[in-house]
Amino acid sequence: MDALVNPTESSLLHFTTAGSVDDGKSTLIGRLLYDSKSIFEDQLLAVEESSKRRGDGHVNLALLTDGLRAEREQGITIDVAYRYFATPKRKFIIADTPGHIQYTRNMVTGASTADLAIILVDARLGVIEQTMRHTYLASLLRIEHVVLAVNKMDLVNFDQSVYEKILADYMAFANGLENLPLICPIPMSALNGDNVVERSMQMPWYSGPVLLEYLETVQVLTQNTADKARLPVQWVIRPISDQNDSKLGNLHDYRGFAGRVASGTFRIGDEVLVHPSGMKSRITGIHTYEGEQTEAIPQLSYSITVADEIDTSRGGMIVKSGEPIEVGHEFDAMICWFADKKTLKPRSRFHLRHTTNEVRTVVTEVLYKVNISTLEKSQENLEFSLNDIGCIRLRTSAPIFFDSYAENRTTGSFILVDDQTNNTVAAGMIIKRIKDAFEEDAEVTI
Amino acid sequence: MSAITHLQYLESEAIFILRETAAQFQKPALLFSGGKDSIVMAWLARKAFYPSRLPFPLLHVDTGHNFPEAMTYRDWFVDHIGAQIVVGSVQKCIDEGSVQEEKGINASRNKLQTVALLGAIEEHQYDACLGGGRRDEEKARAKERFFSHRDEFGQWDPKNQRPELWNIFNGRKHFGEHFRVFPLSNWTEMDIWQYIRQENIPLPSLYFSHQRRIIERHGQLLDAETGFIPLLEEEKPKVREMTIRFRTVGDATCTGAVESTASSIDDIVAEVAAARQTERGTRADDKRSETAMEDRKKEGYF
Repeated sequence: MDALVNPTESSLLHFTTAGSVDDGKSTLIGRLLYDSKSIFEDQLLAVEESSKRRGDGHVNLALLTDGLRAEREQGITIDVAYRYFATPKRKFIIADTPGHIQYTRNMVTGASTADLAIILVDARLGVIEQTMRHTYLASLLRIEHVVLAVNKMDLVNFDQSVYEKILADYMAFANGLENLPLICPIPMSALNGDNVVERSMQMPWYSGPVLLEYLETVQVLTQNTADKARLPVQWVIRPISDQNDSKLGNLHDYRGFAGRVASGTFRIGDEVLVHPSGMKSRITGIHTYEGEQTEAIPQLSYSITVADEIDTSRGGMIVKSGEPIEVGHEFDAMICWFADKKTLKPRSRFHLRHTTNEVRTVVTEVLYKVNISTLEKSQENLEFSLNDIGCIRLRTSAPIFFDSYAENRTTGSFILVDDQTNNTVAAGMIIKRIKDAFEEDAEVTI
Repeated sequence: MSAITHLQYLESEAIFILRETAAQFQKPALLFSGGKDSIVMAWLARKAFYPSRLPFPLLHVDTGHNFPEAMTYRDWFVDHIGAQIVVGSVQKCIDEGSVQEEKGINASRNKLQTVALLGAIEEHQYDACLGGGRRDEEKARAKERFFSHRDEFGQWDPKNQRPELWNIFNGRKHFGEHFRVFPLSNWTEMDIWQYIRQENIPLPSLYFSHQRRIIERHGQLLDAETGFIPLLEEEKPKVREMTIRFRTVGDATCTGAVESTASSIDDIVAEVAAARQTERGTRADDKRSETAMEDRKKEGYF
């Protein structure tokens, strides 16, 4: 049962959930889906039957999200699961990520596309290392909003002082972070539904928003139209046909650069720089299937034509000429390492995927690793193993076109791909370009 | 708050994935069943490459148990969007002996589609198959990636999937491996219907209310008109004419109907909004066990 979202007005909110193993994360999501009436009778019936068979004392809402055989058997969540629900005000996409230490890569994955993170704390246990780890990751990935869900309040008699103490401990840690997200703390009991969708009668001392109300109304600013205009080129549309299109006329010479606008706004007549050459040209057409458009706005997909015959293709980048992008082949970045069988160290080589571009890369230096419980930077052991986070310097086989991750989540992010297994082994966030004295004469052999 | 609506976002995301697929693979194909999800996906593909034609063919895995209305629609639609179509046949696999037909009254060719699909992939050397699967359909699908890696046996390993970060998709693979790509991952059933309404996309008549001879079996309303479902002697007198429509359109032997008078898209949107059962609740193939979908997917199902 999908609430009837108004299709002409409703927006989309991506959020992720993070917590430790028994913080009740799946139960919270089950509760959100259940109380917002997004669960169907046959789903609920199946869950009720499974709960009974497993001997659970109550309807185990966690079974709604744990879909894989191994998860149901072990009562844990293994992989990021995506869930959907809608209210008349908004449509929501949830990336439900497991809490185990070894699955940090899933939290990073869920966080990379999230506007908001719900971080769960068990009211009985308070702030633990996992809480700090998740908060650090949310700030590292630059998630704008964090909901600190102090869960299982029913097990501490809905005691305000327990909640206040957790909040104080949490803020003591969070205030030490570089990019502190906006934090909204909410005391709740996901099991019983207190302060999730309905306001709790048990905690009259709490006057802030209940969770769903907050999710429905929180303002998200990600990559708005005021940012610098960026269009990574995905594909070149060339019909090579003498047919006349009803909207575009003769198609023989049509050459459109197809892509999704990462940020900013392009308009017809705008002077642009087209990379890799960086040559100047002018936008002559902005097309969609619906026909000619006057402007291209963030997150939407277009085919763009320019005045001059400029050589670019997949991996290229179109930017407004007054808003140049960094072009370089050496930069510093924060990375999170995902591989369990391999390590990253100086001289390690990878395929680097950035926007629609792919180049070869080599680690020229490991600058430091971060102890994410203490936030201390350490240079003691410069080899990255699973879930390590730190700062490295990379050199690429060809220049890439980027912004810092702080400025732009799309043009500032990349992944590293292992050239033996083809697995994605690291997530990277660019800090800054390195002005290389040898840029002109250095031959990079990778 | 972003200035775009959720349907604009979902459309653009799907177009992005479709273009990534064309760019990252040598020889992709779009799996087309004639069901609403694959129709929406093909519709989006036309938008993604406009004013060019689709840079890949549609691939129909034909169980031989088709509703005639779905076939009529398929041929019209393919012509309408100017696409090419390739047909992989389950009947051919049965005739060649590479699969064996299930026996008994609940026999279905649904599982055999996997063999026909993998056969078509091998024969035509497709290295990526675009599917209309959505994560809201089923709990195993909820763990699926946009770019889903399959080993050289076509198998899915749910515990060892590549993480997908931001909008960077890693389609690198070894020879013989392939990918399943799901551009509609983030769509719900309601999104599909609202989009069909917004775009005015014509659909097979099966989705709208009509009269049909129906047999009720295990609480499901199954088609008794095409003759693909064998009836028990005692069931024969129970076949009756009902006013129904289909919420999903797949192989005729496992697609259940719902009683409905919804005869327009607006009626359907209202019905979906009020529905108390998932659309896959009408699918016999998912009812075989708690992890039926996961098990089929591991073997290479869509």
